[in-house]
Amino acid sequence: MTRRQLLILLPAAAVAWEHILAGTPEASPNYTMSEHWWGMLMDITKCIGCGSCVRACQLENHVPDGYYRTWVERYQVLDWTVETPHVDSPDGGKNGFPPPKEVGGKNFFVPKMCNQCADSPCTQVCPVGATFVTPDGVVLVDQKYCLGCRYCVQACPYGCRFINPSTETANKCTLCYHRITKGLTTACCEVCPTGTRQLADLKNPKDPIHEFLKNHSVQVLKPHLATKSKCFYYGLDGSVR
Amino acid sequence: MQIPVEGFMYPNEVELQWSVLIVLYPFLTGLVAGAFILASLERVFRVEAVKPTYRLALLTALAFLIVAPLPLQLHLGHPERSFEMYLTPHASSAMSMFGFVYLWYLLAVLVLEIWLDYRRDIVVLSQTTTGWRRLLYRMLTLGSTNVSARSLAIDERVGWIVTVIGIPSAFLLHGYVGFIFGSIKANPWWSSPLMPVVFIFSAMVSGVATVMLLYMLLNRLRGEPIDMRCVDTVAKYLFYTFIIDFSLEMLDLIHRIYEADESFRSLDFMVHTKLYFPHIVVQILLGTVTPIVLLALTQVVKLSETLRRRIYVVAGILTLVGIFAMRWNVVIGGQLFSKSFLGYTTYKMGWVTREGLLTAIVLSILPVVFLWILVKLLPPWPERHTVTETAGD
Amino acid sequence: MAAVFLVGVLAFLGLRGLLVPRSFGQYGHYRGDAIKEIAALPVSYAGHQVCEGCHTEVLDVKSKGMHKGVACESCHGPQAKHADDPAAVQPAKLDTAVLCVRCHAANSSRPKNFPQVGAAEHSGGEACNTCHQPHSPAMVAGGSQ
Repeated sequence: MTRRQLLILLPAAAVAWEHILAGTPEASPNYTMSEHWWGMLMDITKCIGCGSCVRACQLENHVPDGYYRTWVERYQVLDWTVETPHVDSPDGGKNGFPPPKEVGGKNFFVPKMCNQCADSPCTQVCPVGATFVTPDGVVLVDQKYCLGCRYCVQACPYGCRFINPSTETANKCTLCYHRITKGLTTACCEVCPTGTRQLADLKNPKDPIHEFLKNHSVQVLKPHLATKSKCFYYGLDGSVR
Repeated sequence: MQIPVEGFMYPNEVELQWSVLIVLYPFLTGLVAGAFILASLERVFRVEAVKPTYRLALLTALAFLIVAPLPLQLHLGHPERSFEMYLTPHASSAMSMFGFVYLWYLLAVLVLEIWLDYRRDIVVLSQTTTGWRRLLYRMLTLGSTNVSARSLAIDERVGWIVTVIGIPSAFLLHGYVGFIFGSIKANPWWSSPLMPVVFIFSAMVSGVATVMLLYMLLNRLRGEPIDMRCVDTVAKYLFYTFIIDFSLEMLDLIHRIYEADESFRSLDFMVHTKLYFPHIVVQILLGTVTPIVLLALTQVVKLSETLRRRIYVVAGILTLVGIFAMRWNVVIGGQLFSKSFLGYTTYKMGWVTREGLLTAIVLSILPVVFLWILVKLLPPWPERHTVTETAGD
Repeated sequence: MAAVFLVGVLAFLGLRGLLVPRSFGQYGHYRGDAIKEIAALPVSYAGHQVCEGCHTEVLDVKSKGMHKGVACESCHGPQAKHADDPAAVQPAKLDTAVLCVRCHAANSSRPKNFPQVGAAEHSGGEACNTCHQPHSPAMVAGGSQ
């Protein structure tokens, strides 16, 4: 979180906070969907694998144990073996990572979450319209309308969806829609101690994402699948799947 | 329950989403489409030799079609919301078509064709039977009791049109099932334009084999002679469609091996380990190559009637095993590897659970029960007793 | 037969009108109200802006040190309930022995330029906050590296 971003968010957050204090949590009255287009920036070079984001996501969104709206993968690429990296993610990285068995090679962490694809394969296959891309670019699931057919889970190339065993419906990262519409940042971005994760509003010309994208080489996951992912990774290695 | 994982899976991928019930679903609809296409051979293409199987094929298709949506319903997290498929079908989803294709096929094609074909028999039965059966047949006539030659000619004509519409519908019914899998770009084991075509041909193979086996079994149970000309012709068609099916599957396989894209190493490993038995041994060797060789023998070598019959039975059963294995390998195999191509999970089938083995077994027996009821109600063979009783009709 | 079909189609269209949720199709092929329902979910993490509204003295210390970019709830956990009623809900006391190593335990998987220590040889079992002040973790007088 940069200070500039903080200043943008501050007034809206204050408005929302009044609602929360009054016990009437609802979308900020100042929020207009058509003015936003949400995405995320991940600076892999900064990630330390502390797992704060995974824990915060679970607490904020009541994610059941063993399922992940976000998780952290650890990569170890020995010498030139880009094709066969060693990857692990014990309990989604929720409790951090033990030191690797073997020291050496290229080591880094990759936080993963729903890529909020603009051409999302998961919403495409939903037979009834229970999952969709909102006008502000967030992929959501209607928990009251989902059949639990699991087709969307199959269609997500990134493994971001799961069936919540308590509701028997599809579940996934909402980009903390209940927070960003109130002017707050996502729970994972809020707690990230190194600024690896940064929520980005691509429609806001003042958002620091634009400056970052101008000056850095970024990549999305599995670009060949043309999902128009809005999760941009800086420092992404070729071995990452 | 700890699911054994090899290598790295994305953490949400460890648990399989589609169970043995989703294996059963394409298997059942495949039998429907295949049986119907066999029936239409007689009707549209006037293959007189297979006539004895015509009605049996239609009833088989109906019995299996009634059961086909049950595994889907049982697998849904919220079966009570399934009507949403009819209310707000999502145009870009292959699955949303299911409700409509199913209803269309069930009501506009299969039931209509059976009704038209049996209408004369139903009218006759409603006059010759007594009690509740009489009432039932009365209802089935839908008030249309005219069995004059002209009226029957109209039935025949309309039935022919329905069959002509029915053939593409049967292709649609099963082609779309293939498309559900073939259109998932996230999954390289499924994603293939050949998938719907392979599904249709394997459906025809399984449907033809089922009707052939049922015909032989039922005639044996009834102590009737088996019309060898009919069975030989059906076996010939089984052989031809099997060759097309096998060629398509091999084309897909060779293409994958030769292109060897990013997923190949991972999938190849899976086929050589976890999927070796169901894929290489059961599906390809036992369920495809063996029946094709057996059927080829009957085409090339002159064999005695008994031997041919035995070969047909063995080949038919192996075919069904092979096609079931094919559905298994598509549905389950497609979920065993990680979309990161770095690891593999395991399918743990439940026993007495909602999506377990017991449910699957019950659902496989159910269509046979339905078929038995249908055959009792609407005998698919020229009824000796009825013929004598209604002489002069 | 045709009549049966016609009645079926009409009944279907009638039922469809009744059963499809009102807001369906408001923004696209989905229930528009679903967006509002999701947006109205309660938050657990208040956000550091809210914390800083009251705890200005901590902000003053933190903004001058290495931990200036670390949000309050990163260590203190979700505090929306505390912010809601500061008197009734008190944040739990933190254990630095658990907390600091989450980020700072030496691990060859971590970026090399990130400060990390092998806790045992670094402090010999002494709690981190004996020498370091968590809100501004530069050395406090008396500590040794």
